[in-house]
Amino acid sequence: MRFDKLSDRAQLSDPAPLSDRKLAKTPGQTVGPFFAYGTEYPKMHQVAHPHSPGAIVLGGTVYDGAGAPIPDAMIEIWAPDADGTVSRARGAFRRDDHTFTGFGRSFTNDDGHYEFWTRDAGASAGGAAFYACIVYARGLPDKLHTRIYLPEDAPSLDADPLLRTLTPEERATLVATRTADGGLRHDLRLQGDRETVFLVF
Amino acid sequence: MTIDADQPHAAAPESLLASPDMPSQARITQEIRELHAAYDGREAAGEALPATMHDFPPYRSSILRHPTKNPKLVDPETIELLSPAFGQRDVAAIESDLTLQHAGEPLGERITVQGRLLDSWGRPVRNQLIEIWQANSAGRYIHQRDQHPAPLDPNFTGAGRVITDDDGHYRFTTIKPGPYPWKNHVNAWRPAHIHFSVFGNAFTQRIVTQMYFPGDPLFALDPIYNSIRRQQDRDRLIADYDHGLTVPEFSMGYRWDIVIDGPDATWIEPEEGEH
Repeated sequence: MRFDKLSDRAQLSDPAPLSDRKLAKTPGQTVGPFFAYGTEYPKMHQVAHPHSPGAIVLGGTVYDGAGAPIPDAMIEIWAPDADGTVSRARGAFRRDDHTFTGFGRSFTNDDGHYEFWTRDAGASAGGAAFYACIVYARGLPDKLHTRIYLPEDAPSLDADPLLRTLTPEERATLVATRTADGGLRHDLRLQGDRETVFLVF
Repeated sequence: MTIDADQPHAAAPESLLASPDMPSQARITQEIRELHAAYDGREAAGEALPATMHDFPPYRSSILRHPTKNPKLVDPETIELLSPAFGQRDVAAIESDLTLQHAGEPLGERITVQGRLLDSWGRPVRNQLIEIWQANSAGRYIHQRDQHPAPLDPNFTGAGRVITDDDGHYRFTTIKPGPYPWKNHVNAWRPAHIHFSVFGNAFTQRIVTQMYFPGDPLFALDPIYNSIRRQQDRDRLIADYDHGLTVPEFSMGYRWDIVIDGPDATWIEPEEGEH
């Protein structure tokens, strides 16, 4: 297991034998039909303050199986800071404009576009750098986990335990594109030929 | 029809709410029954299926919005085993009372919903964020795309938040939401429900779900509730009426515990070369 590289394992709940599990998990349901007023909060897409050093735009479009933009999706990202540190700072729901908490939320607009202000995700323990990402939408019966990898570090991407198992086409759905202005562009496709690779743990 | 995925073809969001075929309730109910029977058969044949089915066509909006490829089983990385840190600073205490957000009292049956956020070992999950949102007592969401001709309540927004305490407890004061029509099919009505968004100790444990009220006659008719394929899992979304939580002369009490899980519990040793 890869847990051994988790230096801050103590912050997780203590591992306990699987046989001691006694409660069944609460199942998920769709976020729809109308979630914006319930899940919106000020500056929710500003993981980093827009005018702070290293701030970049990470954004893209969410598409359905017919290639149409999805205007009522919600995207969440959670990632280490650029130096690989996982923020344990509070305040992801009360932005103070300087604390980096690593978490953000964005709704797609009428053109299916989502957008975050954040910093380049850092890699932990020499691995490939990525943003953990969850997709929710009206019409999507349960959440979908995926990852958004940074494109630059080819050796780390090639060595990544997930990416190395994928076909080039699948891998392309998980790696963002660097834009001319230094940001990251990453589209999400819930269905179809270039369907994003989704994950279970 | 061929659509170039690089060219946005944005439809007006409200135009997407109605299903294209508007089938009858009888047709939808039949589809639900057939799918549940098919899932039981697949499970009996040894297939591992998730509790909530992404591919559930009675929920018509899901047809073009669910993945068709199998998800990849991955070993979670550090970031996925941790969760954003929340604390009381993130949420004001008053945000857990949805009846106090305006100058006047909202209309409807005042209720309290309380319970615990637990992991599958029954341990409390502390200092995590729970968000809720819901329709008002007439079944109307404040969202501008909800054009259902039921009244808005000027004293009710329908959104609340709380941070779980050291024993994993949460408690909301609100009003009981009404059922509402939603255009999935002819005479489609959602059972009354409260949407819940829950953070756990790990990002993998994140869930968004819905809490229902006991005895609702719409359960068997509702494609969203029935996207959960097994009755025992559907039952986990139904709160218990708890007379001990009912406050004299004030509110009806409901109890609902939320159990989050994984990845420790779901992690499976992959075969070499397989993920």
